[in-house]
Amino acid sequence: MATPTALRVVEKEWVAWRRLWKASVFQATISPLLFLAAMGLGLGDLVNKGSGGVNGVDYLVFVTPGLMAASAMMQAAGESLWPVLGGVKWMRTYHAAVATPIGAGALFAGHVLWICLRVLLSASVFLLVGAILGGVPSWWGVLAIPAAVLGASVFAAALNAYSVTQESDLPFAVILRMGLFPLFLFSGTFFPTSRLPDWLEPVSWFSPLWHAVELCRAATTGASPSAGSVAGHVAFLVTALSIGCWWGVRRFRRALTA
Amino acid sequence: MARARDPVASDLVSFAGSEPLIRGTNVSKRFGSFVAVDGIDFRVEPGEAFGFLGPNGAGKTSTMRMIGCVSQPTGGELRILGMDPAVDGSRIRARLGVVPQEDSLDSELTVLDNLVIYGRYFDLPHQEIRRRSEELLEFMQLGDRRNDLVDPLSGGMKRRLTIGRALINQPDLLLLDEPTTGLDPQARHLLWDRFYRLKRDGVTMVLTTHYMEEAEQLCDRLVIMDGGTIVAEGSPRELVARHATREVVELRFTTPEARDAALPRLADFGERIEALTDRVLVYTHDAGKVVGLVGDGELHPESVYERRGTLEDVFLILTGRTLEE
Repeated sequence: MATPTALRVVEKEWVAWRRLWKASVFQATISPLLFLAAMGLGLGDLVNKGSGGVNGVDYLVFVTPGLMAASAMMQAAGESLWPVLGGVKWMRTYHAAVATPIGAGALFAGHVLWICLRVLLSASVFLLVGAILGGVPSWWGVLAIPAAVLGASVFAAALNAYSVTQESDLPFAVILRMGLFPLFLFSGTFFPTSRLPDWLEPVSWFSPLWHAVELCRAATTGASPSAGSVAGHVAFLVTALSIGCWWGVRRFRRALTA
Repeated sequence: MARARDPVASDLVSFAGSEPLIRGTNVSKRFGSFVAVDGIDFRVEPGEAFGFLGPNGAGKTSTMRMIGCVSQPTGGELRILGMDPAVDGSRIRARLGVVPQEDSLDSELTVLDNLVIYGRYFDLPHQEIRRRSEELLEFMQLGDRRNDLVDPLSGGMKRRLTIGRALINQPDLLLLDEPTTGLDPQARHLLWDRFYRLKRDGVTMVLTTHYMEEAEQLCDRLVIMDGGTIVAEGSPRELVARHATREVVELRFTTPEARDAALPRLADFGERIEALTDRVLVYTHDAGKVVGLVGDGELHPESVYERRGTLEDVFLILTGRTLEE
């Protein structure tokens, strides 16, 4: 997807971001600190005392990769809803872009790529903070960064595609409450999906976040996952990303060059 | 300004012969069952300022989007810079400058960065963009605002920045969609002055407008659009001469009844009579004579006003409606 013209879109986002990078990095540092302090240390203390951790690991170690992947998803969603509608409807900068040699497809690809870079930065900071607090026992944990980015890219592509043809931002709150928060809570982020009722557990297999969490957790805990399970998770996410990209290019074309 | 001249000059050579910069043949645009543009023919020659004049909804913006290669015709044939938009859209857009009807500046960026980023969309090198940006900021009188964000700028300044942005790639063809709509007269005149200079520099311009004054001031040649079709074509002067009269007398009446009572008598006064809700227009070659006749009779209009014939009259005569409707 990354053609030279898509890179120009990334460059534009970079120039805008440069003005605000301090706030962005501050937020990327503070949010894992708060999450891990509350969930990993506070709640974790209770969990560890009550049941000796989860699946044999300390709760902080269990929850760090889950929160890392889930934060990546939420960040990708935030960047794919209002900013996209702003580009089409409010500022109309997307219309300005497609009047140049940049096509609608490259505009979509560039925006998704930029979100991936933002997530790359935040996920790296998250991992570092998690490691400092003691939530990342294995050096394999570095691989959680690409896993979190891959998971987030699925949401970036699909939600960019969704947002570009909306008439207003009214549905976005519904998407967040009815779509993303349930995923956030029930994708193995805070507790293993095996704890879900039997009928609900298979539903979680369709959550891209669950696949991302499993990959991140395998990496940060240093568990030796089977090659088959890693390949299965990656295949699911890559397939979902491909569908999202196909849909996104179509929708961007329809919204901007009809 | 040493801009735009050279590429245009080279195009004059490459298009020498019969190929115009834009040629539309029976061009149509449908959205479902709605026909926005209904089989129009037009051509734009290098170096000219060509206008689409018409009321809102006439199909002007749809036509501009097709010329700008962000919308494909659903019928007919369109050639721009000798290329087919369906095949070479990106290559054509590389040589266009587009000023859209609604502002589309990036309010997250400064004035200068708006120009720089747009230049990067055309794959221009940074150094060249810097050089051109300085020239354009000067040309558009925005030099002292270069590091400000876009939002606090006035409407006129935003328009100027949008036009400067459209010139960053030294386009062969500048597309202006309602370039001065919503601006106060002072801001409008400043823009017109800039358009004259660009025209003098040899930039080919295509503009849409529903201001007849703008069309008369800027266009070498124009087409009048109504309901997706072209109803007339020519220079502003030709159109007025062909469809209207040189002079017009406007009579205003206190009541519609008084107006209706006057109509039969006015019929003999001029070449043609148009009755509007609040006034009657008498088209004539001799306004003085009509004014004299009105003064002698028992019509008693509230006011009498003589003026020259305009494109507004041409539109009214051809469509039976006014441009502002």
